Amino acid sequence: MIIHHPTLGPRDSAEFVYLGDASLINRPDPTAETKAQDFHDYAYLRDNPAGPIRELWFHEGGDRSWLVVTRDTTTHEITAVEFARDVARKQGRSV
Amino acid sequence: MHDLTPLNALAGDAPANDTIGTLTLTENPELALASVAARKGQERKCKAALKQLLGKPAPGPGKACLRDPEAAFWTGPDQWMVGAPYDTHEDLADQLSKLLGAAASVTEQSDAWVCFDLRGAAMEDAMALLGPLNIQSMKTGDATRTSIHHLGCFVIRRDPSDWVRILGPRSSAGSLHHAIIAAMKSVA
Repeated sequence: MIIHHPTLGPRDSAEFVYLGDASLINRPDPTAETKAQDFHDYAYLRDNPAGPIRELWFHEGGDRSWLVVTRDTTTHEITAVEFARDVARKQGRSV
Repeated sequence: MHDLTPLNALAGDAPANDTIGTLTLTENPELALASVAARKGQERKCKAALKQLLGKPAPGPGKACLRDPEAAFWTGPDQWMVGAPYDTHEDLADQLSKLLGAAASVTEQSDAWVCFDLRGAAMEDAMALLGPLNIQSMKTGDATRTSIHHLGCFVIRRDPSDWVRILGPRSSAGSLHHAIIAAMKSVA
């Protein structure tokens, strides 16, 4: 499987480490009243779609960047690759 | 102060030097290294200081700035590795810290890496055996990190283009040397 890195171009998936669902970027607010339920859901609840899924990959054997990869679980087709920090910045974080 | 004898990365008194067929592999201990990571919000200032140091813009993704005495290559978003001759720049990290101030975090890297120079007509064939990197698509001045036998290594294509520099983790210098020698024997 080839992952098209946003700046380094096509790279073999062997250079990457898989983490999991991209929703892990959105750590819940630890001061919220619903924090116990929020962190339970954050840690344990995952969708398991047959189709496109957004997930985190780490370019461990490359530039050490975290990427958000959109992959179709039925075909392994990758339709989008973004830097995780750009995804976070779009949400107004880490700026 | 103890009277300690400096050893090279492969624990030899002299740098390793192997010739197999048309290929030569030379251990290069004469390299001082320091990493530079721009701090959040200071990216522009950091790039300006590197430009002042290098005399040209800081290298972009997948690129190196090959020059003397200081050279640099891109290692990640807003991160670079700077190299210079060890004899004249033993305190490279200190020099960079002074130059960059609060714009970047600098760490000493000289003793973290082993540096191998692989030269010869069959260099591309040997590199093709070593990992997933597409060495044919790299030109002089291209630099990238890749996995060689599960070791995260930097690969820099030098001038002339039958010369490649490989920086690998110093603690695994022996394993990396073994892997490169095996590839050299296979294409000889």
